[in-house]
Amino acid sequence: MDRLLLIAATLCFLASFGYTLYALGAGRFQPGRGNFVAIFTGFLFLSAFLYLRGKAEGSCPLNSLFDVLIFQSWSLVLIYLAVGSAYRLSLLGAFTAPLAFLLVLGAFLAPINQQPVPRAVLNPWIEFHAALSIIAYGAFGLACIAGIMYLLQERQLKSHQVSPLLYNLPPINDLAVANGRLVWLGFGLLTIAFAAGFLSQIPVHRVKFVASALIWGGYGVLLVLKRLHTLAPRRLAGLSIVVFALALLTLPGIQYLSSRP
Amino acid sequence: MNILCAGLNHHNAPVDVREKFAVGNHQLSETLAAVRAIDGLSGAVILSTCNRVEFYAASLCPVRAFDSLRDLLRTRSGLDAPLYFHDTPGSARHLFRVVSGLDSMVLGETEILGQVKKAYAAAAEFGATTSHLNKLFQHAFRVAKHVRTETQITRGATSVGSVAVELAGKIFGDLTGRRVMILGAGETSERTARSLVSRGVKTVIVSNRTYERAAKLAEEIGGLAIHFDHWHNAFSDVDILICSTAAPHAILTREKLAPLMKERSGRPLFVIDLAVPRDVESSVNELEGVFLYDMDSLEGIVRQTLDVRRSEVVRCEKMIADQVGAFVSWLKRHQGLRS
Repeated sequence: MDRLLLIAATLCFLASFGYTLYALGAGRFQPGRGNFVAIFTGFLFLSAFLYLRGKAEGSCPLNSLFDVLIFQSWSLVLIYLAVGSAYRLSLLGAFTAPLAFLLVLGAFLAPINQQPVPRAVLNPWIEFHAALSIIAYGAFGLACIAGIMYLLQERQLKSHQVSPLLYNLPPINDLAVANGRLVWLGFGLLTIAFAAGFLSQIPVHRVKFVASALIWGGYGVLLVLKRLHTLAPRRLAGLSIVVFALALLTLPGIQYLSSRP
Repeated sequence: MNILCAGLNHHNAPVDVREKFAVGNHQLSETLAAVRAIDGLSGAVILSTCNRVEFYAASLCPVRAFDSLRDLLRTRSGLDAPLYFHDTPGSARHLFRVVSGLDSMVLGETEILGQVKKAYAAAAEFGATTSHLNKLFQHAFRVAKHVRTETQITRGATSVGSVAVELAGKIFGDLTGRRVMILGAGETSERTARSLVSRGVKTVIVSNRTYERAAKLAEEIGGLAIHFDHWHNAFSDVDILICSTAAPHAILTREKLAPLMKERSGRPLFVIDLAVPRDVESSVNELEGVFLYDMDSLEGIVRQTLDVRRSEVVRCEKMIADQVGAFVSWLKRHQGLRS
């Protein structure tokens, strides 16, 4: 049953992604209800999967890399649903679907344990820490997507070429604002998650601590530079893509080290 | 029952002919009454715009009704109108093409839909429409919406000024509260500034080598005039810069702009260079946050937009053909029920 839910969610994200590719190829993309419905349905399937997975593991389902990738995909869509419409960035959905799809597909295809893993130590702080960290990564993921959209729109405007993307992407100023706010949101959530991690008083592997601190610090530096007006929107967009890519790359290592003292 | 359409438009009559047959608002009720008095004709809608004067009517004998309509127009204007004539289903096809902007002077323009709606509403108000005409026009409005939504026939802007306004929207989103600076009080820059003001731009600063001319333009568009030597002092708050001076060399160079951009805290700057020779060095476009458009790039976008629209015509015609078929089916069903 849970596997079916996951396959259904993957197909929903793939349908949204496929429609976007088809429509852009045909030169007549208009962000529409279809994309939103596909993503929202996928989100419901993922939520149901995570609920069943949590019941099977007896804790928040973040006990293996498989769990983390699925939860990451879910949190990405959650943040999109929460803030996407607020910024009127409807095309954000079209860009969120492929990332959500790739994360779930990665979980499916990667040579990792896909069976439920019960949590060794049950501690509400550590569960809160883990869940909020991944949700923060969801915000960073969406900041990365807004950054990609910013760079695409900038390229369109600088090159003086008219394409369906120019008309369908949000105004570049709105993308810059959304990019900055999503980094702020992710940073705030990650800070709270780290505070919860400290409160759990469970020792962590030094490498995991350093890697996590570097990601948190990296985003912190971006925000400080932005605050000091020394980081132009274009650079913030580029760096939010780079830092998120690094964060994703370190995720398997951090997850592996989380299961070790 | 047939639907006939007769009229003249920018394709077959120059403006000095069209204006002779134009039906103003004050003549509408009287003209509608005269048209409806034609023997064998029931119901009429008159569409009179700067590019067309068209009569849509329901008639059992459209050819005879058309002849009577031509006589009526000859009597009223003293001229033989170069009228075209369509019977069902050609009349439905023609109306669907008109409301979709396919028959307009600027392909895909959207103003015509509002004008047709207004013409239909006026005829309905005078009780001049019949069930067939009601169905035809309601169907036409749905076709226009469908064609607009499903194709790119209305996509983009088709004049230099409107392209500039559209690009400003793509850079800043809402233009409310934005500030514009005009360097050189030319006609195109004035028109562009007026378009921006109509979209909510807050302040317009005008600077010209002749201060009096700047002051005059500023007064006309509700802006502020400053001396040309001081324009860079007011530059840091400006979001959109329109240049159209007669200077023989670039007045805004990358070297001049780079330090000014640092004071803007990452706010984008949209530079519209309408001058020939150009006022702004092209390398300015390479600066972060600066989007420079000169006459060639703006006209290039107009051309690209029109190319996109032209490439959509076949798809629009196909949609219209399907909808004409649907309307004719309704007409046949309706007549079958009545008989």
